Amino acid sequence: MTDVASGFLESTVRTATPLLFAALGETVVERSGVINIALEGSIICGALGGAVAASHAGAGTSWIVAGISGMVLAILLAVFVVVLRSDQIITGTAITLLGLGLTGALYRQIYGPSGAALTIATMPAASIPFLSGIPIIGRAFFSQPAAAYLVYVLIPIMSWWMYRTHSGLALRAIGENPAAAVAAGIRAARIQFAAILFGGLMGGVAGGFLVIAQAGTFSEGMSAGRGFIAIAIVVLGRWRPAGVAIAALVFGATTALQYLFQTMGWNLPYQLFLALPYLLTLLALAGIAGRAHAPASLGKWIAND
Amino acid sequence: MIDLATLTLVSDMLVRATPLILAGLAVAFAFQAGVLNIGAEGQLLIGAASATAIALAATPLLGRAVILFSLTGGAAAGALWALIAAELRRRYQVLEVISTIMLNFVAIFLVGFLVRGPLQEPTHVYPQTLELPPQARLPLLIPGTRLHAGFAIAIITCITGWWILRHTAAGFRLRVVGANPDAARMAGRINIEKTARNVFLISGALAGLAGAIEIHGVTFALYENLSPGYGYTAIAVALLAALNPLLVLITGIFFGALETLASALQRDAGIPATLVSVLEAAIILLVLAVQSIRSRRVPRTAVSET
Amino acid sequence: MSDFSPDFALESAPALELRNISKRFGDLHALTNVSLTLRAGTVHALLGENGAGKTTLMRIAFGMISPDAGQVVIANNPVKLRSPSDAIKAGIGMVHQHFMLVPAMSVAENLELGSTGRFDIARAAQRVTTLGEETGLKLDPYSKVSSLGVAAQQRLEILRALARNARIVILDEPTAVLAPVESRYLLTVMRKLVSQGRSVVLITHKLRDALQYADDISVLRHGRLVLHETANHVTEDSLARAMLGQQPGEPPPSDSNPVPAPSSDIPVIQLRNATISGALSGRSLHNVSLEVRRGEIVGIAALNNAAADLLRVLAHRADAQDGIVTLPPNVGFVPEDRQRDALVSDFRLFENIALRDSGARSGQMPWPAIRTRTESIVKQFDVRTTSSDVNASALSGGNQQKLVLGRELDDDPAALVAENPTRGLDVLATENIKRQLRAAAARGCAIVFYSSDLEELVELASRTIVVRDGAVVPVDRSEEAIGFALLQSTTA
Repeated sequence: MTDVASGFLESTVRTATPLLFAALGETVVERSGVINIALEGSIICGALGGAVAASHAGAGTSWIVAGISGMVLAILLAVFVVVLRSDQIITGTAITLLGLGLTGALYRQIYGPSGAALTIATMPAASIPFLSGIPIIGRAFFSQPAAAYLVYVLIPIMSWWMYRTHSGLALRAIGENPAAAVAAGIRAARIQFAAILFGGLMGGVAGGFLVIAQAGTFSEGMSAGRGFIAIAIVVLGRWRPAGVAIAALVFGATTALQYLFQTMGWNLPYQLFLALPYLLTLLALAGIAGRAHAPASLGKWIAND
Repeated sequence: MIDLATLTLVSDMLVRATPLILAGLAVAFAFQAGVLNIGAEGQLLIGAASATAIALAATPLLGRAVILFSLTGGAAAGALWALIAAELRRRYQVLEVISTIMLNFVAIFLVGFLVRGPLQEPTHVYPQTLELPPQARLPLLIPGTRLHAGFAIAIITCITGWWILRHTAAGFRLRVVGANPDAARMAGRINIEKTARNVFLISGALAGLAGAIEIHGVTFALYENLSPGYGYTAIAVALLAALNPLLVLITGIFFGALETLASALQRDAGIPATLVSVLEAAIILLVLAVQSIRSRRVPRTAVSET
Repeated sequence: MSDFSPDFALESAPALELRNISKRFGDLHALTNVSLTLRAGTVHALLGENGAGKTTLMRIAFGMISPDAGQVVIANNPVKLRSPSDAIKAGIGMVHQHFMLVPAMSVAENLELGSTGRFDIARAAQRVTTLGEETGLKLDPYSKVSSLGVAAQQRLEILRALARNARIVILDEPTAVLAPVESRYLLTVMRKLVSQGRSVVLITHKLRDALQYADDISVLRHGRLVLHETANHVTEDSLARAMLGQQPGEPPPSDSNPVPAPSSDIPVIQLRNATISGALSGRSLHNVSLEVRRGEIVGIAALNNAAADLLRVLAHRADAQDGIVTLPPNVGFVPEDRQRDALVSDFRLFENIALRDSGARSGQMPWPAIRTRTESIVKQFDVRTTSSDVNASALSGGNQQKLVLGRELDDDPAALVAENPTRGLDVLATENIKRQLRAAAARGCAIVFYSSDLEELVELASRTIVVRDGAVVPVDRSEEAIGFALLQSTTA
């Protein structure tokens, strides 16, 4: 029984980790008042960047390349939205489509249908001694690829930064009442720009995680809508890092349910489980829980200085 | 006389273009009204699945007439699939960009389930449905080629679509809502919610029709990976046509030709078919640049608050 | 009359000088060559009607807007203010008319907003308490702003300016939202701030407050400075005349235009005890009763967008929350923001004409007939354009407005509502619009219009009403009466 629970949790955490990277980045972006529809694009770019880098260089470099690939796409969004003041949604959509198309084309160009498909050794799990021995939750939370532990550090740091520093306060103010932030002397445009870049960075890392720590290869469209699921996770988590972490686990659990049901011997079509995260995304966005806590100016206003 | 090889190539291009034209039309209509329907891919698949189910079930009863019902059923199913996103937007302000993409994934999984379950062919070996009987297949426009009547339907639909947008009150309302929703409400007293919902339905129906026609004209059965991303290419088709239904006909054929040639080139000369994807991406970037310059929000300076 | 600061104030450098400031927003000349001198250690009242340019001028002083011409000088040093951040560093603080606070955050957090250095909520809370004791503006540091009443929020706004060590404090209509007792208190606090060495600019439309609490007074009218005196050299009367545009001694203009008598007794528009929510204006209207008959021209006077919701209800573009509303079908509407609400810039002229009844139309669009209608509207309303095929964006503001008015009047509606129809237009276009409105009324159209220009209001209207303090009140059809009705504080 404990094996089933443990396996379920492991599967949950494994699915949740890349989602969480992306969602933490998105939390910062949305707190600055911007909806980042280009997140999906950042994830797939990070995936390709990380994959290519991993096949030529070491692990450390590939993470950096993944992050930067995601960030480059985000620069595009930041320029169009913050500097040129274009529509956030349309621009984000176009950039995501661009990212998906470009990565597909580039992948086929480099590795081709005739060439050998890209394979890299995936990052092995790095167990934390003692903690990984805790029954049920030990393996799930403390026996992950080393990069995953970054999340454990990020969540408290982000929480502290958002609520206990001037810059975090400024960020939140921009998302709530940008006019007030500007009147208080805050350089809103710069902060929004930086926030979008951070979101892209985290999206890229999420994509890198998919490849380097999980799949070991790249395939077109492998982001599979995670950028949008991450947006729903931010809603469910009420735009707070700790809440977002829990929400990511919830989403991870829906996919892991498949494993649970199988071992219990309940036979439901596996496609249902595949579809669950997407259906849950729709529910979360419809505000079944928590949309009232959104930053008041989300999506409405772009800085003017 | 045109030699057979050329004729085959051209007809293959037009066959490839047919779903792109119809899906492109779906996207064009939606975008003209300001509805960001990225769900043509899913609506297409749902339309294909429904059409297949209807055709398989009703051909014994209806014979050749079944095509009419299954195409209509496919369109209706696509419309209903889009209606989900429409209602989520109307009631809960869920961005349709996100909801339609989510529904794309759900549609893919649904088709996967259908072809391995309820609709699977009787031997239960292959993940696909039975093949459509000959009466349920669309007639060919040019015998000896693969060019089926669906292409003619696509042409007619484009012309009709253009006429509706240009010459009917409903089409006008659609364009106004997309161009300036505030003026639509204040000056035109247009019911924006109703207009948006109707656009979702039309768009979904066109995409559903595209899927249904693919089944009845090309694949003759439902299986996974039916669509190599028609719904997404359709976005580039629509944008390149500047959302004009008549131009969609042209850009749809253009992309159809491009994709056909790319596959052919790849077979014969080993050149990878990345050209199309790069082109699509470049078009989107171009439109993005143009769009951003045009949609620049001039800050509403404090006219009333001096 | 007021604490007149003695000669020492004349010797030290002025705290703030605005020299020859001009600012245009598109067609609109918001400020033309305005200069203002804030003497150190004084309160300087800045008076003017709605739209006179007071807030624009102070936003320039606070770095929120950059002037087209002119200089901002602080203690004899010219400064370049590119943003509020620069202004704050230069020692200027502004308390805005519409509060710039973050509702979801606490008082202490709002106070910390924009500061640098170590983040210490406890220290911020301490500052709230200390400043509260110094100035008498007391607040609970940890309560959320959304839970505070209006007066408390304003106290926070002031504390914020003080917390950033503002030597120059700009108060924008601070008593507009306060009850009488709170207003008195605030103005007393203001004098206390000055006695502690600061200098204050008080933007207000309340003559009595200016006379009682200010040392110097400036009056703006239509973007120009028309009066600049010390407070004990002016009277309420002379101030009012300056604000309304009459020279002292000039008799008020007589009822010039003969008013067409209404031709029937049955009201075309009728509101009875209506409640109208303040979605746009910020303040709901209660118990509104209004009747407009054929051929009447009713002019509405209001401050600060207060009439926006009422106009839209009358035009049937919005619903009243309660009460009886009787309107004819197809009321014409000429909104103030024509680019946003009346026209589609990328559509051609004839397509814009087709907007009028597009909500209800069905079947085919009769483009030839619409084109013909457009030609006739263009001719009749003197819209200067090369053809009806150009985009609406190609027309000048005046011609756009003529087109919109022409469209709304074209099918001879029983009623028309216009929101500041001549705002921002040149003289010729303005005359044209006024002529067309009169002609429409002569044909029997019931017209309701809002104008921020009292002169125009009196000239055009056969009857005038005022939207004030959540009510709609009839008022004598003269600039003085209307001006006083608007300017007078209901709390005096």
